[in-house]
Amino acid sequence: MATSRIAHGGGIALGAALSLAWSVGAHADLTLNMPQGVTAISHDVYHLHMLIFWICVVIGVVVFGVMFWSIYHHRKSRGAVPAQFHESTLVEVLWTIVPMMILIGMAVPATGTLVRMYDARDAELTIKVTGYQWRWQYDYLDDGVKFFSTLSTPQAQIRNLAPKGEHYLLEVDHPLVLPVGKKVRILTTAADVIHSWWVPELGWKKDAIPGFINEVWTQIEKPGIYRGQCAELCGRDHGFMPIVVKALPEAEFRQWLEQMKKDSTSQTAQNDSRAPIVPGGQTL
Amino acid sequence: MSTASHTTDHATDHDHDHGPARGLSRWLLTTNHKDIGTLYLLFSLLMFFIGGAMALVIRAELFQPGLQIVDPYFFNQMTTLHALVMIFGAVMPAFVGLANWLLPMMVGAPDMALPRMNNWSFWIMPFAFTLLLSTLFMPGGGPAGGWTLYPPLVLQTGSAFPFVILAIHMMGASSIMGAINIIATILNLRAPGMTLMKMPLFVWTWLITAFLLIAVMPVLAGTVTMLLTDKFFGTSFFSAAGGGDPVMFQHIFWFFGHPEVYIMILPAFGVISQIIPTFARKPLFGYASMVYATASIAFLSFIVWAHHMFTVGMPLAGELFFMYATMLIAVPTGVKVFNWVSTMWRGAMTFETPMLFAIAFVILFTIGGFSGLMLAIAPADFQYQDTYFVVAHFHYVLVPGAVFSIMAAAYYWLPKWTGHMYNEKLGKLHFWLSVIGVNVLFFPQHFLGLAGMPRRIPDYALQFTEFNMVSTVGAFLFGFSQLFFLYNVIQTIRGGAKATDQVWEGAEGLEWTLSSPPPYHTFTTAPEIK
Repeated sequence: MATSRIAHGGGIALGAALSLAWSVGAHADLTLNMPQGVTAISHDVYHLHMLIFWICVVIGVVVFGVMFWSIYHHRKSRGAVPAQFHESTLVEVLWTIVPMMILIGMAVPATGTLVRMYDARDAELTIKVTGYQWRWQYDYLDDGVKFFSTLSTPQAQIRNLAPKGEHYLLEVDHPLVLPVGKKVRILTTAADVIHSWWVPELGWKKDAIPGFINEVWTQIEKPGIYRGQCAELCGRDHGFMPIVVKALPEAEFRQWLEQMKKDSTSQTAQNDSRAPIVPGGQTL
Repeated sequence: MSTASHTTDHATDHDHDHGPARGLSRWLLTTNHKDIGTLYLLFSLLMFFIGGAMALVIRAELFQPGLQIVDPYFFNQMTTLHALVMIFGAVMPAFVGLANWLLPMMVGAPDMALPRMNNWSFWIMPFAFTLLLSTLFMPGGGPAGGWTLYPPLVLQTGSAFPFVILAIHMMGASSIMGAINIIATILNLRAPGMTLMKMPLFVWTWLITAFLLIAVMPVLAGTVTMLLTDKFFGTSFFSAAGGGDPVMFQHIFWFFGHPEVYIMILPAFGVISQIIPTFARKPLFGYASMVYATASIAFLSFIVWAHHMFTVGMPLAGELFFMYATMLIAVPTGVKVFNWVSTMWRGAMTFETPMLFAIAFVILFTIGGFSGLMLAIAPADFQYQDTYFVVAHFHYVLVPGAVFSIMAAAYYWLPKWTGHMYNEKLGKLHFWLSVIGVNVLFFPQHFLGLAGMPRRIPDYALQFTEFNMVSTVGAFLFGFSQLFFLYNVIQTIRGGAKATDQVWEGAEGLEWTLSSPPPYHTFTTAPEIK
């Protein structure tokens, strides 16, 4: 009886909180939760996140339910007389063992996901990502294509002198282009300080550390544009080095890559004709 | 003379004989645990307002997208200094202040074991923080690489760099001395008959915290010294170009840093374990298991540090070890929460301000614990790491956690310390504004983090606007509510209704057998413990 009333009360409270959250979300088009993402791994991570979340909600409803029941009924103003019990080995053992069981239930799927995330074997394409203060460089190691990717939001928008665009601070001049359905290995490193490469839709972030190379992988399932940001404080413009990934179907990706190869050869030539600049700033 | 006669009259006589010196020298030269406790607490309150002002600069800038108020580099200085000031200047000294005031009174000792060192460990602090805050006015500004001081970024700090390191050394020295003093007091000055397992839980949690401090503050000192030599003496501990490793800094830092978070929460557990039984009028449930849980948490705190660095690219085995070890912390922490709830169960509760803060602590700290459990899951942490979800998590455990416990302690023992009751209505107003403010401030940050907002950025994409606005409103509400606390404390020190010796109907323990306020020197003769 008592328990059912607690559960009922908890259920109402939870329902109210959720519907409030939902209505706020619906009206203002706000994101409340982690994105499910566009890779098998990001789905796994999302479901893991939701599993732990609901376990926490249930534990919270039970514990706080008992507590609020007690706060309501066992108050001096209602004439409660304090009991004097103060220990029970049995319940102490119980509430040590039961949480252990729950934790094991969480650890099993978490371990599986982690093992899959660490398996970067058999990748079909390798891209080196280098963090700079404050932009990213992408290097398609097998194809000799290499370019910088820099924030393209105009300063006027940042300084509030112009209306902000739809993708304010999440837009770049040259996005990273990836093929859909291929396992891509990504190597992260940095040239100056530590950065962290993060696109939420891919399900992970990885630190880019000067002098070291980290290995991760992704396999995007659907074409689209996915946006993220540097996630490790890297100095003054840490908030201004976004990441944009453009996922293209295999054929279009190949086309794009061929075009880039051509462009980069001509660009190098062009650069050579302009360079070198002498230290005094005089152009030769 | 003699005997700890606990009546007010005798106490006054006592004061007359060995009372405090007059004027400034009382505070500068004092070796009295109560005076030093007061100094620590007032210093902590000052730092709480300074650190809070910095937080409001941060939240004001984040009210809207775009850069409105401060330059991004100054923004980074604010996030860095806010953390350093709040951790080392507000929370830690507040608990040391509570320890100074309460430990001798709780264990039946005349004073702290090492009174002169006690004076020194306090008076280092104002110098350390003057030095730290003065870096804001140095060429290149204050430290802006985050309080975690990660190289290579921190090595880009301007002239402030060596001063920041020196300030951290001074804070560390102060903490270590404070910890030594606390251990010496607890282990040597207990009244006859007060066995370890009869000590109040606040004493227990501080004993364990003091060992944590002694274990890890030297590690912090060591690693910041390595930063110093990397910068000025040509070493390459943390530079890959010279054969070092920037990630090694993170390992050493977090070997200090994780026990550090328990240094800030274990004494809070102690405070809450004193307050809930008083207002439930029922003994603490599971005293022994509380002690063992505290000790287990302290032990585990040494083997979980790398969960702060799941994304640095550790080997799979390392990730798994730190994930499992971190999840284990939920067990002893859960035991504590269950014990508190069981203490309330079938009690006869009243809800004065200290109890309100204690209950809010249990609920909101547990919410912080839940998000902590989520963060322990390494694959999910790859999403959460370095986002506002983390910011929400550690502020839930630090603000409605540690800070609320300090507020609860202040209201709970203030009548004992000053001899006056505080204004209960104002206390409750302060509580309700704080608890609403803190949730409006930090709860939306969970959503921001999950939706993809990184931490430590001065400007953000448009989809984060609404929750940032809400959060900023909460920040100002919470921040300005603390002025009620300040006012209430000042008024209570200056006067107010006379407090009885026991103060609270259900209060038990040696400190409540003393007069309110207690005599300047307490327990010159040890009390009898049954």
